Amino acid sequence: MTDKNGQAPRDEATFTVKAGLAEMLKGGVIMDVVTPEQAKIAEDAGAAAVMALERVPADIRRDGGVARMSDPEMIKGIQDAVTIPVMAKARIGHFAEAQVLEALEVDYIDESEVLTPADEANHIDKWAFKIPFVCGATNLGEALRRIGEGAAMIRSKGEAGTGDIVEAVRHLRMIGGEIRRLTMLDASELPSAAKELQAPLELVLKVARAGRLPVVMFCAGGIATPADASLVMQLGAEGVFVGSGIFKSEDPERRARAIVEATTHYTDPARVAAASTGLGAPMHSLETAKLEAGQLLSPRGW
Amino acid sequence: MSPGDTRPASTGGRPAGDKVPVVGVLALQGGFEAHAKILTTIGADVREVRTPQDLGGLDALILPGGESTTMTLGIAREHLAGPLRELIEGGTPTLGTCAGMILLDRDHLGVLDMEARRNAFGRQLHSFEADLEIPGIEGPPVRAVFIRAPWIADHGPDVEVLAALDGHPVAIRQGNVLALAFHPELSGETRLHRLLLEYITARDASRAR
Repeated sequence: MTDKNGQAPRDEATFTVKAGLAEMLKGGVIMDVVTPEQAKIAEDAGAAAVMALERVPADIRRDGGVARMSDPEMIKGIQDAVTIPVMAKARIGHFAEAQVLEALEVDYIDESEVLTPADEANHIDKWAFKIPFVCGATNLGEALRRIGEGAAMIRSKGEAGTGDIVEAVRHLRMIGGEIRRLTMLDASELPSAAKELQAPLELVLKVARAGRLPVVMFCAGGIATPADASLVMQLGAEGVFVGSGIFKSEDPERRARAIVEATTHYTDPARVAAASTGLGAPMHSLETAKLEAGQLLSPRGW
Repeated sequence: MSPGDTRPASTGGRPAGDKVPVVGVLALQGGFEAHAKILTTIGADVREVRTPQDLGGLDALILPGGESTTMTLGIAREHLAGPLRELIEGGTPTLGTCAGMILLDRDHLGVLDMEARRNAFGRQLHSFEADLEIPGIEGPPVRAVFIRAPWIADHGPDVEVLAALDGHPVAIRQGNVLALAFHPELSGETRLHRLLLEYITARDASRAR
């Protein structure tokens, strides 16, 4: 052992450190929680992280009004209740909420369309923060714009609070298809692809080379069952966020465990079947196609 | 691929370098793909481990980073604790990183005589990268990525400390097991994975004698 190790400079908040935490969440389930009690249930069921928010999407949808960052007291309570990472949501463009979340030392900030946007033109400058950010995306251009702004993790958007998986599937297929298309273009075609995607060229080149996003991509929005988790994992998600799907179901503990199990064994239908057995009723669901345009959350952000 | 194909009962005096080692990476949750990528780069075969059936015929094992609580629950659900313990205690070269190091301690699988303290360096805000000198690793220092990292709070005499930070061990070896509080796999570092493959060669050589 050498003493030199203690004197080496330490670099905090590098992109490797920010994106690295997302790497450690892979294959896991991140669960929305509004109280420390829910956070504990989520941790005991095998959640890889919890997401603190004021109200779950199903309630935001039902009750309306402005949805904001969670009360700091609630966030602190959740941090004290669990040892897994605690994420929290800030409104799109609301960098002051993000500053508060950084001061609280949450582990990840979700700049989320589920909350009411605070800025109609600009997302948060995520490079200005030491805490990493996860952002939603409906297509590749949106994902790369968020990464260009400093996001260290992407979640494909679904239609939160509906229990309807159709939007999640649409957006995952869109992102996956656009990535596959980039890998087939030659070098002279990529700049105009970047223009079409409205995404930074440097990131487009990276995606074309690697055949994947430069950061970890989870799926969020509409996941209500173990089979939903298996579906989105097979479509290319590297883990899942479950919002209302757990704590708005009949037996949250059991459903949480089942979704964790199905996310690990997503390629094994027998295990997904076993996990899906006897869970009680899922959350009360809404068919996205029957919602008015004004009720949709996923078009928020751009 | 059947276990018999990948590890003959005896190497028959053949240099171990002739066969491609099969390394199992626990894949219940966490950073297993980053390890798989490094292993592929250095010429090892990778098998993702999710059930006890996946453990047959492995030359080495990696317990990756991730959430130790989540992985511990997964290990219990899959009845993996006994088989993992048996494999490691049987001398299978093993690398544990971050949460994987925690899984090896007295309170978890109990295969190393040490106690890891979870999130010892603090929350994500205090995660960092630093250069580490590790004896036996030639060339430039190891770029070590510490993410909500643990350290070793206590250890017995059989544990060899390879590197420490702030007075706490962050890289140790006990027998054929290497445990690291940080992530070499996130900085593209391959030398610690090569060291794991060297443990295989050394073990096979000592068995052949």
